[in-house]
Amino acid sequence: MTTTLTKSGPTPTKAARTKVLQRQGAAVALVLMVAVSWLVFPRFGSLDNLRDLALQGSFLAIIAIGMTFVIITGGIDLSVGSLYALGGVLAAWGSQYGFLAALALPLVVCGLIGLVNGLLIAKTNMAPFIVTLASLLFARGLLLAITDEGANTYKIDGDSAFVELGRGTVAGFGYPIFVAAVLAVLGGMVLNRTNFGQNVFATGGAEQSAVLLGVPVAKTKVLVYTMSGTLAGLAGALTAAYLQSGVTVIGVGLELDAIAVVVIGGTLLTGGMGTILGTVIGVGLIKVIQNVINQIGTLDSNYQSVVSGVFLLVVVVLQRILRR
Amino acid sequence: MPTDPVIEVAGVTKTFAGVRALSDVDFTLQRGEIHALVGENGAGKSTLIKVLTGIHTPDAGSITRNGNISTIYQEVNLVPLMSVSANLFLGREPRNRFGLIDRARRDADAAELLRGYGITADVSSPLGTLAVGEQQMVALARAVDAEADVVIMDEPTSSLEPREVETLLGVVRKLHDEGIAIIYVSHRMDELYRICDTVTVLRDGVNVHSGPLKELPRIELVSLMLGRSVKEIERDGTTAFGEDHHADAQPVLEARDLTSTPRINGVNVSIRPGEVVGLAGLLGSGRTETAKAIIGALPLNSGTVLVAGKPVAHTVKAATRAGISMLAEDRKTEGIIPNLSVRENIVLAALPRLSRFGVVSRSKQDRIVDTFVRRLRIKVSSPEQKVAELSGGNQQKVLLARWLCTEPKILLLDEPTRGIDVGAKAEVQALIDELAREGLAVLLISSELDELLDGSDRIVVLRDGAVAGELEGDQLTREHVLNAIAAEVMDDADSL
Repeated sequence: MTTTLTKSGPTPTKAARTKVLQRQGAAVALVLMVAVSWLVFPRFGSLDNLRDLALQGSFLAIIAIGMTFVIITGGIDLSVGSLYALGGVLAAWGSQYGFLAALALPLVVCGLIGLVNGLLIAKTNMAPFIVTLASLLFARGLLLAITDEGANTYKIDGDSAFVELGRGTVAGFGYPIFVAAVLAVLGGMVLNRTNFGQNVFATGGAEQSAVLLGVPVAKTKVLVYTMSGTLAGLAGALTAAYLQSGVTVIGVGLELDAIAVVVIGGTLLTGGMGTILGTVIGVGLIKVIQNVINQIGTLDSNYQSVVSGVFLLVVVVLQRILRR
Repeated sequence: MPTDPVIEVAGVTKTFAGVRALSDVDFTLQRGEIHALVGENGAGKSTLIKVLTGIHTPDAGSITRNGNISTIYQEVNLVPLMSVSANLFLGREPRNRFGLIDRARRDADAAELLRGYGITADVSSPLGTLAVGEQQMVALARAVDAEADVVIMDEPTSSLEPREVETLLGVVRKLHDEGIAIIYVSHRMDELYRICDTVTVLRDGVNVHSGPLKELPRIELVSLMLGRSVKEIERDGTTAFGEDHHADAQPVLEARDLTSTPRINGVNVSIRPGEVVGLAGLLGSGRTETAKAIIGALPLNSGTVLVAGKPVAHTVKAATRAGISMLAEDRKTEGIIPNLSVRENIVLAALPRLSRFGVVSRSKQDRIVDTFVRRLRIKVSSPEQKVAELSGGNQQKVLLARWLCTEPKILLLDEPTRGIDVGAKAEVQALIDELAREGLAVLLISSELDELLDGSDRIVVLRDGAVAGELEGDQLTREHVLNAIAAEVMDDADSL
């Protein structure tokens, strides 16, 4: 009895092929999408466009990394869109006191709001949906209050080191892309190669069992929401640096984009399973779709979200079918 | 006798919502002994375990622990989506020199550790892909490997196949030899007498007996658990089935040539009104599949189901409408909705019948629920009590009530007494008997041969998805059934 379960399948090659499709459905879709766009739209493959694509994706990716952790624990974080906007405004306001203030202020404030989310969810057993919905409203309100309902837009001095963080490039690729890449690699490592990561999976996979297995479930939840808030603040700060101002109207509905890319990337919305790589692929997919719609150009901007909505649905349905 | 207690409990009392779950309980576990903890459901075993492991804080009394305690529960408490090796080493993963989890070593260690428990499955695959027995073994391996001085096993064999039970008991003995103390909770007398040194009997939250097990005759032990005198038990027996039901009528259910490759192959079953037909066979012989095929929940290659001579379409809806109801094997996942009340759980299946224009009459509901709670003797504080708060036996009765209030003609019961205690078991058995006497046709699936032999008028024996024999009257003996199950697997069948 030394044969393993995996070897007993009838047609191993076919089984392996389906397995790849199941696991990497989003990746396959992304490759196809990129290939087709490359052929159909000559401008799609230009280096400029690809740089722009990566930069646009990097802000969403940073938020979605945090969201991946939250969703794997079986939770949801609706506050990230508001925290993203709040982080940007705080960074712009803080930039008058120097680089450190511009970076630290959004991270600390958004991290604290995330911490409160986590504490409420873990200690009082309130539904994550409700708690983070409340902080969505709270953060958006706070943002409007400190900007006089958006009348004050804080500018960032164009020569400051902080702007460089958002606009600086290596080989034409913006710094935020590298920040997102480093965070993605770190996130993957934390998720799969640390005890905390295993606790995240256990918490979302079977919470009651996790408690009995000695997993610090409450602590794990507090940490993932703190992380999610902090990363949303960071994405906001980087966006402010890139735009050279704290724009108040951004980030509305961004939490839904973040959830969408996480789910497209194969993370179970019910928790217990997911990967950072999948999330990154999900970000790629959604950004390529938006980019292509822009390439077509003739599409009414209102129909852009109709098209991307339909497309997302198609991708998710395909994944569902492949998983059978 | 030298005493070296690893756990000492004195005068522990624990009350939940006004109900006393434990009342002034003393309990001592000596180092290296195997201690049986027995009692009916609701006797306080689970509460005592939770107090021992620190999940519950007692209202009064003291607990002294001189060692690490690991617990394995009746339902496997691991994470199905995580890999086998991740489950095994969760919280104490092997690290590489960068402090990161060394996955290769984790898998290698896991594979080697599990080989000692007879498991050769791929340790990097999700735990949920393993058979329940294998999962239980992983849980055990985890508990033991965590360097425990005490291992508490709560009904560890309730979902295992006979062969797996042997492996588990072997492991228990090995632990015993290594000086680990074990608290063994089980309803299976054979297992208890084979491996346990001492026994503690709880009844209604009170410790009614503690002492060496070998000196305690089985019947005395049962009497202590039930609170009935030995004489009563000798007269009534420990199963509560009555006499056979005489039924000469035409079969109300006929299943012909049911085939669903590869699970079942050409199975024929017929049941007359008022008859209990037992379905015997080893795990995997196609018992559950046959029942599922009859109710239309298993896709068929061929075969027909006739109710009162008329063919029934092969869907659950059609089967239910024709009067077939099934009590599924796993009441946790396939039946009970824990957060709903007893009333809501009972009327669930009958709602379409109770409602008019989509509005459900509450007074009708109350009347029906009241009838069944009384008739099935379901112990509830009120019909509005959450089902999750009931004991296993009472949950099973709630499920039974749910199907009975759809007024079925045919009842398929898959392991109706699994995991419930001796007293509740007897009650469920008596109920099955009563229902048959009232004219219901019953298909009874059970791994317990005694239950089948006592409860059935006829037994259909399955082997590898096909009918291996049909026994009636004088043939209803242990020997005949085992012979039919197959000569070459006699050893396994004997310990059914």
